[in-house]
Amino acid sequence: MPVTHTNTPAPLASTTPWQDKMQVWLPKLILSPTIVVTLICVYGFVIWTGLLSFTKSRFLPQFDFVGWRQYERLLNNDRWITACENLLIFGGLFIAICLLIGVLLAIFLDQKIQQEGMIRTIYLYPMALSFIVTGTAWKWILNPGLGLENLVHQMGFTDFKFDWLVNSDMAVYTLVIAAVWQSSGFVMALFLAGLRGIDSSIINAAQIDGASKPRIYWSIILPCLRPVFFSAIIILSHLAIKSFDLVTALTSGGPGYSSDLPALFMYSHSFTRGQMGLGAASAIMMLAGILAILVPYLYSELRGKRNA
Amino acid sequence: MHSSSTSQGENGLGRWLIYGVLALMALVYLLPLFVMLVTSFKTGTDIRTGSLISLPQEWVTDSWQAAWGTACTGVTCDGIKGYFWNSIKMVVPAVLISTFIGAFNGYVISKWRFKGSDLFFSLMLFGCFLPFQLVLLPMAAMLGKLGLANTTTGLVLVHVIYGVAFTTLFFRNYYINVPDELVKAAKLDGAGFFTIFWAILLPISKPIIMVTIIWQFTSIWNDFLFGVVYSGADSQPITVALNNLVNTSTGVKAYNVDMAAAIIAALPTLFVYFVAGKYFVRGLTAGSVKG
Amino acid sequence: MKLKTLFLAMTFAAGSATAGEVEVLHWWTSGGEAKSVAVLKQMMEQQGHSWKDFAVAGGGGESAMTVLKTRVVSGNAPTAAQIKGHDIQEWAELDYLANLDEVAKKEGWEQSVPSVVTDIMKYDSHYVAVPVNVHRVNWLWANPAVFEKAGAKIPTNLDEFFVAADKLKAAGVIPLAQGGQPWQEATLFEAVALEILGSADYRKAFVDHDMAVLKGKKMVEALTIFKKMKGYTDQAASGRDWNIATNMVITGQAGMQIMGDWAKGEFIAAGKKPGVDFVCVPAPGTQGQFTFNVDSFAMFKQKDKGAMAAQNDLAKTILTPEFQEVFNLNKGSIPVRTDMDLSKFDQCALDSMDTFKASATSGDLVPSFAHGMATTSAIQGAMYDVLTNYYNSDNISAQDTANLLADVVEDAM
Repeated sequence: MPVTHTNTPAPLASTTPWQDKMQVWLPKLILSPTIVVTLICVYGFVIWTGLLSFTKSRFLPQFDFVGWRQYERLLNNDRWITACENLLIFGGLFIAICLLIGVLLAIFLDQKIQQEGMIRTIYLYPMALSFIVTGTAWKWILNPGLGLENLVHQMGFTDFKFDWLVNSDMAVYTLVIAAVWQSSGFVMALFLAGLRGIDSSIINAAQIDGASKPRIYWSIILPCLRPVFFSAIIILSHLAIKSFDLVTALTSGGPGYSSDLPALFMYSHSFTRGQMGLGAASAIMMLAGILAILVPYLYSELRGKRNA
Repeated sequence: MHSSSTSQGENGLGRWLIYGVLALMALVYLLPLFVMLVTSFKTGTDIRTGSLISLPQEWVTDSWQAAWGTACTGVTCDGIKGYFWNSIKMVVPAVLISTFIGAFNGYVISKWRFKGSDLFFSLMLFGCFLPFQLVLLPMAAMLGKLGLANTTTGLVLVHVIYGVAFTTLFFRNYYINVPDELVKAAKLDGAGFFTIFWAILLPISKPIIMVTIIWQFTSIWNDFLFGVVYSGADSQPITVALNNLVNTSTGVKAYNVDMAAAIIAALPTLFVYFVAGKYFVRGLTAGSVKG
Repeated sequence: MKLKTLFLAMTFAAGSATAGEVEVLHWWTSGGEAKSVAVLKQMMEQQGHSWKDFAVAGGGGESAMTVLKTRVVSGNAPTAAQIKGHDIQEWAELDYLANLDEVAKKEGWEQSVPSVVTDIMKYDSHYVAVPVNVHRVNWLWANPAVFEKAGAKIPTNLDEFFVAADKLKAAGVIPLAQGGQPWQEATLFEAVALEILGSADYRKAFVDHDMAVLKGKKMVEALTIFKKMKGYTDQAASGRDWNIATNMVITGQAGMQIMGDWAKGEFIAAGKKPGVDFVCVPAPGTQGQFTFNVDSFAMFKQKDKGAMAAQNDLAKTILTPEFQEVFNLNKGSIPVRTDMDLSKFDQCALDSMDTFKASATSGDLVPSFAHGMATTSAIQGAMYDVLTNYYNSDNISAQDTANLLADVVEDAM
């Protein structure tokens, strides 16, 4: 896309100078409430939290500054380290698997499937449910004594073992399963939409050249879907970072704190444990992490597109 | 439109494979719903003694009635029916206002760029990633100062503030694919800011409006954190009632009622998905995901 | 009919002329609990006040505390909030709580409520909160039929516990039903620690945070036994709710459970009779000792005269024998008043009351740290982390855990 003009064109005969001025100011005026609110309610609150992270606040915010003390405590906190590692594992797998399943299902569903509408709705419905309760359902399904493992045992395969939920080393992967279940349908919808938007003449041309179907998908269609990947990754990483209801409902961070995530850590320290300073420090670390990982990606994608 | 690569005849095996995979995945997606449904029709003893995935020994609808009308959510035991209205009163204005603002913001950012508007868009995108737990206290202080603490208006305001980042993103990505030439031509004809929006962009916006509404409706309807913290005693949304029903710590648990309540609470979002679902893919197709 | 006369009595008793509104933040939302609170609501309405209910369940009041904090920050505190144990001191220190000395004096709380309980309700020797009930945490619930079939005896001390557990295991049942949440693990550990450390050292460790006791030999022993007990639970315990564990005892899948007296409600709901279908005995080796968990309402400062009057009446009503009886019958706990007629209570509650009274004088009445009675939420949370990690991980020794326990307590102080 060519670089668009960032200003209105030169005045025209049909408009008065007053109207021109309005045309220049109106867009800014329209956007200004959002700008003000974003500056206060996003950046203002982040700065406030940043300040709080340098205080010894416990039960409620108070401003006795203690320097980097809370950050030192945080880095010495085994639970926090676990939570961060878990976010990397969880976030990485969650995004990767959702993309994989999303792309595959979208491609399959794009093959003139009968009942497409129904199947699509089935894939999408998990997004509509609140994790407050689907968490309980998943907890049962994944519990070795109650759910899948038990079921397979009853069918006669007593060697079958599926105890991830209660295994400290594997619990974090059960979070991935439930999270993928909830969001992959949405990703599928994104890709399906992307596929439908591709100009079919490109594909026809490739077919005439005798390219095989997987090859067409791999080297022609997928590259066309790059913007969809961008949107999907943004939405998925936002979901991964904010994952809170999911952990609370499914494992509450357990066994022990082996499946804890930063959002849960921050919440419990800020609100239930009377460690508000520590909670604020963890929030700032989270944001710093988001910045470090996402900003380069956002930058390259947005920049790349503008020059394309 | 289906990509034409699929229009040619397929070999039977491949077709079967595709249908097989799709059907298998559908079963996987439906499993939790199945567990929930089956449980909601069981009796308490059935749950205590039977396997969770087994069918009820006898099908009873008591828990559905209880969840709707007699389960305790606090000092009152009138089920979750009363909370439906509370949620609707909050969700409808929040969705409409944030969609409205998002449409105009997206319009400005894509078609009326000015110095700093791209920077602002990036700044706003960062707001999407803000963990909401972080804003609870400062937001509470602000609402208190505005005199909106624990009111429905205050809650709507909070949802609008943190929803606008997403709605703006959706509309901006949609409008950016509308050829600039269209807008430029209209400007040459002397059309103003609102006229262009009204006459050119709005008529083609139906799909993206649907996408935005679905997205906002789902996330606001299912929100618990803001709902529990900023609502008033008599305006708690349905997620709070559901939580009160499900999350008793030292009380006796009735899972059949929990599951019935959860399905009831999800009905509006499910309804929106079923009815507006076709717009969802269509709206996304029409450009919102083209970045 | 009983209720009606009760309300009539209340109407007569109501002295205050000003009516007001009480907004009450609590997390009692399950059937039995909600009905108990509804009684309080009716009693308040009988006195001409109105009741605004603000119920938020979840995580033993965790969500409710988040709500409370945001409401206080927004300058919109409720009239009364269900706040427990040490948190009362925190709120009072920040000067948010109202003074209830006048009601307390008029109603003679000092005479009818043991000082161990009233001490928690006071800040700087002024009453700021009202106790509702007393839970005994160190109970062992057992299914006698299962024990009989396995030829085991319901244990009274730790040695007997492991003997019985082995027999149960041999008979093919899960000896100990255990849920898998940090607070449940802490509840189990607390019962073991109480026996191994004894009441005095328990206090030193979990109330006064004596470092020597926290990383001492006895603590290591308690931790070792705690971990040994895990071997008698089933592997699927992680994440399990306490009541599912109780149901395992009810159905005979498991032999026993160590849990507070709220577990009784689950047995009763399943139609089981105390002393027949299930038995309650003190946790192994803790006869005569009593780990208490007191629920209470803290009163927030009010500007409005009517609200203040209503608040005082609420405080008064909570401690009336009538309410205490109805509420505690529903909740499985015992009344905080020691001067009440207990003829309607079952044997478990009567035993609980006897021990409560006796232990109050012998020094064996100790606060439960697993339930926020003994220390700040910061220290409690830090201890939860260490205990749950030790219990669920095989990579850390009891000695290291004891040292870590002392470290995190010091850090959170």
